[in-house]
Amino acid sequence: MTAGLARPGWRMKRLSVLPGFGLTLGFALVYLSMIVLIPLAGVVWRSASLGWPEFWRIATDPRTLNALKISFGGAFIAALVNVVFGTLIAWVLVRYRFPGRRLIDAMVDLPFALPTAVAGIALATLYAPNGWIGSLFAPFGVKIAFTPLGILIALIFIGLPFVVRTVQPVMEEIDREVEEAAATLGADRPQTVWRVILPGLAPAILTGFALAFARAVGEYGSVIFIAGNIPYVSEIAPLLIVIRLEEYNYAAATAIASVMLAISFAVLLVINLIQAWSRRRFGYGS
Amino acid sequence: MDLSIRQVRKEFDHFAALEDVSLDIRSGELIALLGPSGSGKTTFLRLIAGLDMPTGGTILFGEEDASRKSVQERNVGFVFQSYALFRHMTVLDNVGFGLSVRKGAERIARAEIRRRALELLDLVQLSGLEKRYPHQLSGGQRQRVALARAMAIEPRVLLLDEPFGALDAQVRRELRRWLREIHDATGHTTVFVTHDQEEALELADRVVVMNNGRIEQVGAADDVYDRPVSPFVFGFIGESSNLPVRVENRQVWFDDRPLGLDAGDAAGGDALLYFRPHDVELLEGCGGCLAGTVAASRRVAETRRVELEIGVKRRRVEIEVPLDHPAASRSRIAFRPKRWRIFPNGGKSASTGMRHLERDANILAPTES
Amino acid sequence: MAASRRGTATIRSAVSENPATRGILIAVALGFLGVFLLLPLLAVFTQAFAKGVSAYLEALAEPDSRSAIRLTLLVAAIAVPLNLVFGVSAAWAIAKFDFKGKAFLTTLIDLPFSVSPVISGLVYVLLFGSSSLIGPWLMRHGIQILFAVPGIVLATIFVTFPFVARELIPLMQDQGTADEEAALSLGATGWQTFRRVTLPNIKWGLLYGVLLCNARAMGEFGAVSVVSGHIRGLTNTMPLQVEILYNEYNFAGAFAVASLLALLALVTLAIKTLLEFRYGSAISGAARH
Repeated sequence: MTAGLARPGWRMKRLSVLPGFGLTLGFALVYLSMIVLIPLAGVVWRSASLGWPEFWRIATDPRTLNALKISFGGAFIAALVNVVFGTLIAWVLVRYRFPGRRLIDAMVDLPFALPTAVAGIALATLYAPNGWIGSLFAPFGVKIAFTPLGILIALIFIGLPFVVRTVQPVMEEIDREVEEAAATLGADRPQTVWRVILPGLAPAILTGFALAFARAVGEYGSVIFIAGNIPYVSEIAPLLIVIRLEEYNYAAATAIASVMLAISFAVLLVINLIQAWSRRRFGYGS
Repeated sequence: MDLSIRQVRKEFDHFAALEDVSLDIRSGELIALLGPSGSGKTTFLRLIAGLDMPTGGTILFGEEDASRKSVQERNVGFVFQSYALFRHMTVLDNVGFGLSVRKGAERIARAEIRRRALELLDLVQLSGLEKRYPHQLSGGQRQRVALARAMAIEPRVLLLDEPFGALDAQVRRELRRWLREIHDATGHTTVFVTHDQEEALELADRVVVMNNGRIEQVGAADDVYDRPVSPFVFGFIGESSNLPVRVENRQVWFDDRPLGLDAGDAAGGDALLYFRPHDVELLEGCGGCLAGTVAASRRVAETRRVELEIGVKRRRVEIEVPLDHPAASRSRIAFRPKRWRIFPNGGKSASTGMRHLERDANILAPTES
Repeated sequence: MAASRRGTATIRSAVSENPATRGILIAVALGFLGVFLLLPLLAVFTQAFAKGVSAYLEALAEPDSRSAIRLTLLVAAIAVPLNLVFGVSAAWAIAKFDFKGKAFLTTLIDLPFSVSPVISGLVYVLLFGSSSLIGPWLMRHGIQILFAVPGIVLATIFVTFPFVARELIPLMQDQGTADEEAALSLGATGWQTFRRVTLPNIKWGLLYGVLLCNARAMGEFGAVSVVSGHIRGLTNTMPLQVEILYNEYNFAGAFAVASLLALLALVTLAIKTLLEFRYGSAISGAARH
């Protein structure tokens, strides 16, 4: 229990009269290690034991590459769409007063709360050629469900709240006087928005983008129902992991997983760098 | 640029923040809007800027009616209390912003914007800090960036909202002197808002004393201090004591005694007597004067402040007694104001003035109980 | 003056869009939310009741569906309390004490959020599967973790791991240690201090975290799907049951079960909004994901 405390790095810097430090930190560390760290390390260890050539062969297998490309490309486009609409929705919620605003505000969190499988079958039903929305596009020969477009729809759905909820609080903090200052200096409204408000929100928007992107890359439940899952076309990386597992091809599953983990952690790092940079340069994070 | 404000009023949800205010400002003047919080002075400033639109009345910039012009068209330099600097821009970009947003024929080349911004930074003594971001500056430096940014657009009038409000006392005094120098050097017509009478009296050519959405008095520092026209101004500027009195037969009476003060043409009836604690003549006993028992006494710098209870109703007034004066050690002191004013009592303006005084902790409240 | 200035929107403000732009922006925002959020929700309920109320109730009464509901409740009943205890412990250590590596530990706690649910399941397959170090040992002793309830619980704990902790850490950091120190100085024991001083201070934040944790625990699909083995009536949670029914083209059944999950989501959102509304400061501004 106190093993962690014995390490020199964990020594307390400040003496405190409060009790329970050793117990709570010890328990937290043990639990964290058992549930998260050791199992995750297992993935790294297993993929390392594959050996570089084997790892490279799996990672560059065309089907794997395509799956990764679809997951990351789709996540990127979806995050872009969410940045635009998420920022706009945050703006409307923060700045305007209209009936039902509170309800709409609460609804933004729906993708957080709605189980992904439920979202998946609902979206698939809506966008199928005979669905409420799909039937609007079908006459023009546009298929949404069971194509890469469907993946995009699902990824937009699950990523939206990340942008809204990251940008919204920063937007609320904007000092009205800053906008007034821009106006007294002769800037018209579009100039104020583009040159004063949006640059000030940039760190928050970037963070929201990264969060939405990271979530979309790993998304599984809401996508598989609407995607069609055609190899090379609409098969996402998490699904390929599941397929490899079902084939008892643990090596391939592990290799794909470690590529995804590596990229996800890189994104996490980028988020932290954005915030550190923003704090250092402008004196505020996001 | 001459400014002329005529009969301007501003209502917020049926609450009148400004009631029919008129004021003429001459070109190159440095004007202070002085008043307690809630007096309408910031509203007034924002109406001049065009940040708010008046409910009624006219604002003239020179001969031109600016009342319905947008804030962008008015070309005013506004320095906000919080400075409102653009925190994602360097100091240089902040100062150059107003020039960089100009469109069409008024467009200015980048190099020229840079040159002018650097020139202004030199004027406000911030040379060398142009690449900093606002959060890397001290409060006083931010204040000067805000001023340089406002001046960069060659404004027709410079408006400052509590320009020194967020600074500590030391920096405040330095910047005050410095602002006067800048004003004298550039000659901008300048209006600033403050609740600090010392700041207003020291800095401004003319002081506009405001209360409850109205202008109480406009005048130079000497005017408003020595010749206040209303109980509010008397009470708000400098320290004062007051006493309910009665005017009869050109004489001022307290309780049933005349005070030996000639009321001149003042109307008869109930009135309030105002005087400054240091403007009193100490007397040895009296027939026609004020006398009271000492209720409290404290040393203030080179004098002694004494609170006296006067008359049957034990009204409290404060006077100053020199330390070496024999009265300083007595329990009963007689005095007569040397300079004083009387105002009719029961008037609306007098009583509302009191309310504001009590609200504002910076002001010494009159000692009437 | 500041208070009255807030009401300036009445005439014409220098810092707002004109009414037309405002109307368009609101319309676009509402349209986007309507299509992307509201329609899917409506679809769930219309599909669930497409064949009438009796078909809906029948679908829910089906033994496999009922066992899926039971399993989901069981899994949440194990995973949520465990993460609750962890969350409170971690927040106590991190928020009330200073030690080296604190920021790193906080980052590690957030780790499961940045891992794909499928990978969250995969890690346990690799850990307990037949090709792992302990897999064969487990098999010899007849201990079944994968494709059984323990695996599902583990995967659920993994994906819901950070919820309680990340709500509590910023909240408890804001509250500082003064209250606890006061209680201790008055002679309270450590446990009394926690129960009577700390806990009342954090109860709404705690409830908030538990609520979100529970919603995710009951709704998790990807991670659970990998470790469950999809054995009907035994290892199928509600989301997995939804998948199976859907893939069998039993849409009414799939949406009936899905409607329960959607209802859970709505209730969660409602309570969450109520908590934010009533106890906004008591659950801290860090109520983000």
